[in-house]
Amino acid sequence: MSTLTAAPITAPTIEYGELAPMLIIFGAAMIGVLVEAFTPRYLRKSIQMPITVLSMVGAFALTVWQGVRGVRSAAAMGAIAVDGPSLFIWGAILLLAIVSVLLINDDDHFVAEAAAVPGSAEEDQALSQGGAHTEIYPLVLFAVGGMMLFPAANDLLIMFVALEVMSLPLYLLCGLARRRRLLSQEAAMKYFLLGAFSSAFFLYGTALLYGFAGSVDLKAIATALSTVGGQDALLFIGAATLGVGLLFKIGAAPFQAWKPDVYQGSPTPITALMASGTLIAAFGALLRVFWVALGDLDAEWTPVLWGVAILTMVVGAVLAITQTDIKRMLAYSSIAHTGFLLTAVVATGKESQNANALSGILFYLLAYGFATVGAFAVVTMVRDPGGEAGHLSRWAGLGKRSPLLAGIFALFLLAFAGIPLTSGFFGKYAVFAAAVAGGAVQLVIVGVVTSAMAAFFYVRVIVLMFFSDPAPEGPTIAVPSMGTAAVVTLSAAATVVLGVFPQPVLDLAHTAAQSLFVR
Amino acid sequence: MELYVPILVLAVLAAGFAVFSVGIAPFTGPKRWNRAKLDGYECGIEPTPQPVGGGRFPLKYMITAMLFIVFDIEIIFLYPWAVAFDKLGVFGLVEMVLFIVTVLVAYAYVWRRRGLDWD
Repeated sequence: MSTLTAAPITAPTIEYGELAPMLIIFGAAMIGVLVEAFTPRYLRKSIQMPITVLSMVGAFALTVWQGVRGVRSAAAMGAIAVDGPSLFIWGAILLLAIVSVLLINDDDHFVAEAAAVPGSAEEDQALSQGGAHTEIYPLVLFAVGGMMLFPAANDLLIMFVALEVMSLPLYLLCGLARRRRLLSQEAAMKYFLLGAFSSAFFLYGTALLYGFAGSVDLKAIATALSTVGGQDALLFIGAATLGVGLLFKIGAAPFQAWKPDVYQGSPTPITALMASGTLIAAFGALLRVFWVALGDLDAEWTPVLWGVAILTMVVGAVLAITQTDIKRMLAYSSIAHTGFLLTAVVATGKESQNANALSGILFYLLAYGFATVGAFAVVTMVRDPGGEAGHLSRWAGLGKRSPLLAGIFALFLLAFAGIPLTSGFFGKYAVFAAAVAGGAVQLVIVGVVTSAMAAFFYVRVIVLMFFSDPAPEGPTIAVPSMGTAAVVTLSAAATVVLGVFPQPVLDLAHTAAQSLFVR
Repeated sequence: MELYVPILVLAVLAAGFAVFSVGIAPFTGPKRWNRAKLDGYECGIEPTPQPVGGGRFPLKYMITAMLFIVFDIEIIFLYPWAVAFDKLGVFGLVEMVLFIVTVLVAYAYVWRRRGLDWD
């Protein structure tokens, strides 16, 4: 007792200004919860939507301002790193979240009451009582806040908290699809159980690394690598289990099993948010852990990640070929892209934990994010009577019935395939170039071969859309709402602009990457 | 390593006792049928009726349990702060108020959306 009362406590300093983008998002989420509590039902949506979008725009503006000021610091006693990569990732996540929210704003995607069937009397009753879940907006804000904190966390405990703040709202959102309720609930259940499992791995790794280094701070762990001896078991098992937790979140093989089920079952706007935002956030966190904390251990983890990268690329590309559902195909394509990105992580080695690889990954993530959100936005517009026309055979001849929409979708697919003049080309080029510079030529060869395999199933969909006869009772093309139209337009514009004039964004990524990670 | 021997012995004893108890029960225990034995166990009170074969069931117990955990955690954080209240000074007070406000927001939501009503 005496030691407890005698020890002086110095108050920590917290740089509220530098953390402002995140604080705005979390604050807006709290206000959103209060709106749910205190405003009449018919007003909620018209209040929630502006709060969500304005807070994201405000946070984005602040992030840009900090980038202009050149903020590079470890805030909150070194627990949160506000550095170049963090700011770039924040900006990317916020942009993609704004676009996704425009898609989420469409009424049609979310269930009014968990047990109601679309179009039934029960649903009408739930809707007339204002049962529609406007909680979606605060949940999205919490998830986005978590996504921002996750890659910026400079401390394993903060990273874990961020992981949960990011994941828990997403588990809920996955289960709210209006149509195909069982699939949606199955997705939420699987995501939750597997996510909880991977969180446990993450925590276990954190505990072991704490046992090794005596600290959860990434910098302290890096220092301990050279000063602490004879604790290799703790270090290796800790690093491995921590890696499992992170690789699960990016969906690398052999931890990819959740991705197709979750992407398929979730409401498509939420899939768009997850496939873009979560991937960016998780990659940021993965890089920070492996480059900052475990940078000097690269001789041990590089071979493992080689295997993971090859397996991820092959599994993603091969299994995507056999898919018949458009959302599952995009999910496997996301797995393949995770593998392509991993080549740059793996190949950098130690001395080349360099700005080039980092800027390549950052650019790739942004380009891929926009193409993904756009592709899922198109998926929401191709409808059967029972909801979205998921089966690929239903997409046959779409190009003859709606050339514009099919053309835009083809653009996104070409961007995924990495065809020149689309954003995907420069992304893939930057990542593979970094990998070659890092000496991972074999890995790049596997990458190029699997890219060719991936191009096959992207082009197959394009051929199906433009050169097949339309199905007699083909799907209808929904007239897009303002939001959906804006999403498709913005994503297509970003994909083309990043493919034709990538230099400004490449420069930005390069500037952001120059500081590497603040230690 | 010798320090861990008692723990190991205790673990073996505990595991042995558990296996022994479960294993011996079917042979030695009396088997008198009683309807209450097959009911769901809800802390000794009459179980809430449930539709046969699943169906919709009320979530009120779960909501109560979740709320309990939220406020329980809040108290866990309040204790150490209360002990070191004067040392932490204004900073501690402000942070604690912010923390309580966030919990309060969740509380307001639950209260307004009738999460506290039993029926």
